[in-house]
Amino acid sequence: MLILECPYCGVKAEETELSPGGEAHLKRFGPGSSDADFEAYMFARKNPKGVHFERWRHAYGCGKWFLAARCTATLEVFGTYPAQTSEPPAEIIANIMAKRPAWKGFK
Amino acid sequence: MKRYSVFAIAREALNFHQGWERAWKSPAPKASYDAIIVGAGGHGLATAHYLGKNHGIRNVAIIEKGWLGGGNTGRNTTIIRSNYLQDSSAAIYEKARSLYETLSQDLNYNVMFSPRGVMMLAQTHHEVRGYLRTAHANSLQGVQTEFISPQRVKELCPIMNIDGPRYPVLGALWQPRGGTGRHDAVAWGYARACSDMGMDIIQQCEVTGVRSENGKVTGVETTKGFIGTKKLGIVVAGHSGQVADMAGFRLPVESMALQALVSEPIKPCMDVVVMANTVHGYMSQSDKGEMVIGGGTDGFNNYTQRGSFQHVEETLRALIETFPMLSRLKMLRQWGGIVDMTGDRSPIISKTPLGNCFINCGWGTGGFKAIPGSGWAMADLMAKGEPGPLAAEFDMWRFREGRFIDESVAAGVAH
Amino acid sequence: MSTRLKSGGRLIDRSASLEFTFNGKRLKGYAGDTLAAALLANDQMLVGRSFKYHRPRGIVASGAEEPNALVNLGSGARLEPNQRATTTEVFDGLQATSQNHWPSLEHDVGVLNNYAARFLPAGFYYKTFIHPRAAWKHVFEPIIRQSAGLGRAPKDRDADRYEQAYGFADLLVAGGGIAGLQAALVAARAGARVWIVEQTAVWGGRAPVDGDVIDGMPAATWVDAAVTELASLPNVTLRVRTMAAGVYDHGYVLLDEKVADHTPGDGRPKHRLWRMRVGRIINATGAIERPLSFAGNDIPGVMLASAVRDYVVNWAVSPGDRTVVVTNNDDGYRTAITLKEAGMDVPCVIDARVRADGALPARARGLGIRVETGRGIAKVKGGKRVEGIEMCLQAGEGAASSFIACDAVAMSGGWSPVVHLWSHCGGKLTWDDAHAFFRPDATRPPITHDGSAMVYAAGAANGALHEALADATHRAKIALQSLGMTAETATAPAHDLPEESPMEAVWIMPQGAPIALKAKMWLDYQNDVKVSDVQLAAREGYESVEHTKRYTTLGMATDQGKLSNINGLAVLAGSLNTEIPLVGTTTFRPPYTPVTLGALAGEARGEIFQPLRKTPMHDWHEKNGAYFEPVGYWRRPYCFPRAGETHEQAVHREVLNTRSNVGLLDASTLGKIIVKGPDAGRFLDMLYTGVMSTLPIGKCRYGLMCNEQGFLSDDGVVARIDEDTWLCHTTSGGADRIHGWMEDWLQCEWWDWQVFTANVTEQYAQVAVVGPKARKVLEKLGGMDVSKEAVPFMGWADGTLGGFPVRVYRISFSGELSYEIAVPASHGAAFWAACVAAGAEFGAMPYGTEGLHVMRAEKGFIMIGDETDGTVIPQDLGLDWAISKKKADFLGKRGQERSFLASADRWKLVGFETLDGSVIADGAYIIDAGVNANNQRKVQGRVTSTYHSPTLGRGIAMGLLRHGPVRMGEVVEFTKLDGSTVKAKVVNAVFYDKDGEKQNV
Repeated sequence: MLILECPYCGVKAEETELSPGGEAHLKRFGPGSSDADFEAYMFARKNPKGVHFERWRHAYGCGKWFLAARCTATLEVFGTYPAQTSEPPAEIIANIMAKRPAWKGFK
Repeated sequence: MKRYSVFAIAREALNFHQGWERAWKSPAPKASYDAIIVGAGGHGLATAHYLGKNHGIRNVAIIEKGWLGGGNTGRNTTIIRSNYLQDSSAAIYEKARSLYETLSQDLNYNVMFSPRGVMMLAQTHHEVRGYLRTAHANSLQGVQTEFISPQRVKELCPIMNIDGPRYPVLGALWQPRGGTGRHDAVAWGYARACSDMGMDIIQQCEVTGVRSENGKVTGVETTKGFIGTKKLGIVVAGHSGQVADMAGFRLPVESMALQALVSEPIKPCMDVVVMANTVHGYMSQSDKGEMVIGGGTDGFNNYTQRGSFQHVEETLRALIETFPMLSRLKMLRQWGGIVDMTGDRSPIISKTPLGNCFINCGWGTGGFKAIPGSGWAMADLMAKGEPGPLAAEFDMWRFREGRFIDESVAAGVAH
Repeated sequence: MSTRLKSGGRLIDRSASLEFTFNGKRLKGYAGDTLAAALLANDQMLVGRSFKYHRPRGIVASGAEEPNALVNLGSGARLEPNQRATTTEVFDGLQATSQNHWPSLEHDVGVLNNYAARFLPAGFYYKTFIHPRAAWKHVFEPIIRQSAGLGRAPKDRDADRYEQAYGFADLLVAGGGIAGLQAALVAARAGARVWIVEQTAVWGGRAPVDGDVIDGMPAATWVDAAVTELASLPNVTLRVRTMAAGVYDHGYVLLDEKVADHTPGDGRPKHRLWRMRVGRIINATGAIERPLSFAGNDIPGVMLASAVRDYVVNWAVSPGDRTVVVTNNDDGYRTAITLKEAGMDVPCVIDARVRADGALPARARGLGIRVETGRGIAKVKGGKRVEGIEMCLQAGEGAASSFIACDAVAMSGGWSPVVHLWSHCGGKLTWDDAHAFFRPDATRPPITHDGSAMVYAAGAANGALHEALADATHRAKIALQSLGMTAETATAPAHDLPEESPMEAVWIMPQGAPIALKAKMWLDYQNDVKVSDVQLAAREGYESVEHTKRYTTLGMATDQGKLSNINGLAVLAGSLNTEIPLVGTTTFRPPYTPVTLGALAGEARGEIFQPLRKTPMHDWHEKNGAYFEPVGYWRRPYCFPRAGETHEQAVHREVLNTRSNVGLLDASTLGKIIVKGPDAGRFLDMLYTGVMSTLPIGKCRYGLMCNEQGFLSDDGVVARIDEDTWLCHTTSGGADRIHGWMEDWLQCEWWDWQVFTANVTEQYAQVAVVGPKARKVLEKLGGMDVSKEAVPFMGWADGTLGGFPVRVYRISFSGELSYEIAVPASHGAAFWAACVAAGAEFGAMPYGTEGLHVMRAEKGFIMIGDETDGTVIPQDLGLDWAISKKKADFLGKRGQERSFLASADRWKLVGFETLDGSVIADGAYIIDAGVNANNQRKVQGRVTSTYHSPTLGRGIAMGLLRHGPVRMGEVVEFTKLDGSTVKAKVVNAVFYDKDGEKQNV
């Protein structure tokens, strides 16, 4: 039963207030893109056993989508941040590096 | 190997059963094999079994990082059915179901296949139409199902409340030859048969890398050293993404927790399997008397084999509404398994970018019932290098083409 | 025999006598008794039969670990199977019956299994019942199921109710023994919000029974003082009869409070399920004594040593007149001392250790008790009750040295910390060789959301059997520190305990026991798993502890192995010639003890099983006999049957009346989303396949939405309200989903676009006035011009009707002249009533969703969920006209370019008419010639909507057919469920008013 802090309203949101939205920071490929790029955008998922960047919506709260960095093996949360970014903020990365020195990085 | 029978038991009883041999051997790995299967769950062991039985390939190792049958094979709710909508699904699940019919005899190991009948309740008009569609499809696929009335539902399952105030039962899709099996026994039975054919089951051996040259796998790095192979089959369910990553390709797979629970045992009160999709719950009674209960998956990526309580709660609400007598039973144990969900929620049995490497994964919430058929089709693929008709549609390139095998379309449930 | 002692009993009130029944026999007990204590007081040692061999079973323990004493409690709508007698408080009128026997507890036919036990070792069923094939399902399985199963299945709906509640705390202390109380005191004094829960009705745990002295006072006095202080603090919540069932991630804990188990029918909820969110958890759940494995250790009268003294001290019940104590540690001597001091006979203490020179053995010897060291029990004699034991050398093979008559045996194999809560979320254990138990490894705790430790084990649960108070103080301090609080000055009370000599692990008694004895040594009493079974599993290669557990069923009974697991592990390790820690443990899963399903489900039952959404007109529909169908959480009228009408007849009447006069539809559930802002047009052009930015103000346009795969996901009419405002209608089931979808794209992809959305579905009630006389009804209501010129087809206008503020949309889903009229939800019921009244003279009748479906099918309009199923693209449905060719991009465009979706061979929408006028079956497929590679009949299409058209008087259908539109006039065959087929002609999907004249008048 996760708790994730909504970076918009500041509420420590209970899992039942949230809807999960899958992997974060996917780049959309539209018309004109290659089959491989479009397939990767739609289906290829990192699905790591470890640090995962993911989308959540504070659906039964403020309604905002936000992003979280979370360990899928321990459910530890490294931080949450607004969705309006194409990559994780530096402080989230730093926090992960501090706690998971062996982590290979975001890319 | 000593055959199992009532006479063998009687003979051994005289000596307090001290004469039984190992069900499977515990060998050290050889330097190389004709084929290596990664993953000694039901699907991996069945693949090895049919490699030997159907294709004569017996120089095989099955490598398991934990103990055999310890993943989803030993954590599911043991439902066996084949009343799927899409042709390719119905074909492989029905193949599996028909193999289950004789599996105890084939393996000389009682897997307790119990074709007690599976019913999927229709509780909205939309669901009625969906299950009617499945019934029509099944009639053309050679899968024996029928759509039955609420009264027939009540006769088959007297403890059910068919007149609930919110979702009265409007009918059900009934598969009389569906049922349950003993999940552990399926893995153990296949393991014993594989070992008997001279295959090596290597437990407590984790694959740490996949070695390849010129687009072909040459072997696997493991915690017990490098093991060479001519062919590699990856059959590791929730950890498919990890092993695929070692082999250098990505899968359209995400790993999530699926939870189940059992009640304390009670005397027999339910002789069918019931699935209720509108309200999200399914239930059967085990031979020990426990009510075996499952629901939907948690929605986020998870490798912990633990789930969130709200899903258990939702499932129990649904089932108590459907079976009021459950209310005073007690939950004995709850657990989770890690299921590998693909983009269309249907499995992958496929060649890979590596020429002699094959993958079988993505069974999601429905893997147990497929084990014999999945192993049969995967063995065929590994032996011939090309998929047979059972596996043909389940290739991993279907996502690029948009060629979905979507079972959710007709009120179907994937469990 | 077991009896009530003349005096004593710290928990019973001898002035409050209670009557209860066991198997119909009327028995007496006292307030404060557990059912187990009261049964023993009445010399009812035999309480049930085991699962597999149906052996006689007596009470073994005194708490939650009890494997044997399970009863059917109550009857009818209050029947509760498998209720543990040791944790059931006796109340007046309690009814209990024993389980798993036929015809009676004393004479059970199932005991035949016992005589055949030799032929039924672990896993025997895997090796037999294989032939003949049908016999498993029809012969063997029914027999096995009938003989297993324990308790009776309830038949009735539960008469009780359950409650759920939320709680929050900095620190939750699970366990109300002295360690838990001390931890709570430390935390409470430091100002933390503390919850402390105790599963029994009594605070204090074992210490008061064992006569501990704390701070110079008897433990019971210290406990009273601690509870008094805690109760006086505003930051502390205390709950007895409350079991911490499970620890879940991020500090989520489930507590099961047994509110009215002991006062059934008093109107209170039976249980209250607490859903806690806590900062830290102190696991102070104590330890459980282990049995010893000697032959016949399952015969009624063989009990845990600690349980024997619990019964004597707490309830003044002596389980036997002559009790032999068998032990491998000093603690067992406490039982001998307690019994002797209560005036009972203790013929002998049998100590497996070679030396017994601690303080407690000395006291026992001082009381004149015979102590035999280096000895063990070779065999217990007796059937339904212990008659005596044969003593032997522990180091030998079981040759009896002497027989000692007794009617009870108290055994102590050492203690195991209760580590369940520590382990539920992955806390790791370490093997403690000195005490021969697993205890929490503080360096590998379960972690919470920020990666810090979530659970701290304290006291006996942490392995600190003798320093519980010091350990609890220490752990509470660390836990507080991790919460940013401090309790630096807290000190542990002085805890005076006699010195104890080291225990000695004894897993098999005697050490060299032959197989014949091992086949009589029980590990799991309920499931009948013996030492020989675990050894068999190991021999056959079931070497993993999980394999052994599953093969033998060790630890899978309703006590989940609380007594058997460690002993079983040790036997397995011995069989494999390895160390216990290398074998490892099975996984601990919630709940700690079984929790009633009703409590887990809570109040959501019957009508309130799920949320119910009602339109403002819902009450009118109910009063007017609507037959409802669920649509999401909504309930919509399916039809309004009149007296004597079937639903089908009602639907036909509603359709015909709407087509000839006028019909009224409650369309309030239709999704309504306002999209507003400078970039709203651009946004909608991405969302819909068509162009919405060019829609003139005052006009409506039909639109399709696809997901990124390209599959059709929703449809509806969009109205342009003003320069930067659009109103998007969605399907009834789709409003929330589509609103979420819009927000997803706005927030996560196009976050620089200036657009607001608002889901106003419930802000408006909507009434469709449909039929050739629709305009007359509106004119009768009056207030605005509703002429073709003022409100043309696919236009909208604001105004008033009958005094109500309305927005009128000229849109039609039936092909008739149709107005959809939105009013503020607060006016919905009144406006509906006004429409009904105004329509009366024109023959207006309400119609439901099925009439709506029939009419739209007659017109060839698609319905999301019928024509679509998540695999259909708009092009399949001939909706190419609603897809912009000019737009560079829209959601789903790229997906539709994929080869399978762009294929020329897709199934496409057409209409069908059966040659015989019949209605094609719902779900029917169109067969094709031959079979595929899997021997399945080939198909070339399927029906998507099929109805009897009352307007046309025959069956009509829409469906998907390979190359459909170019095959007009062809005859195809649809399946029927009886195995036959029906022939139908491929026709245009528009069956009624093909040119659309009727809606545009």
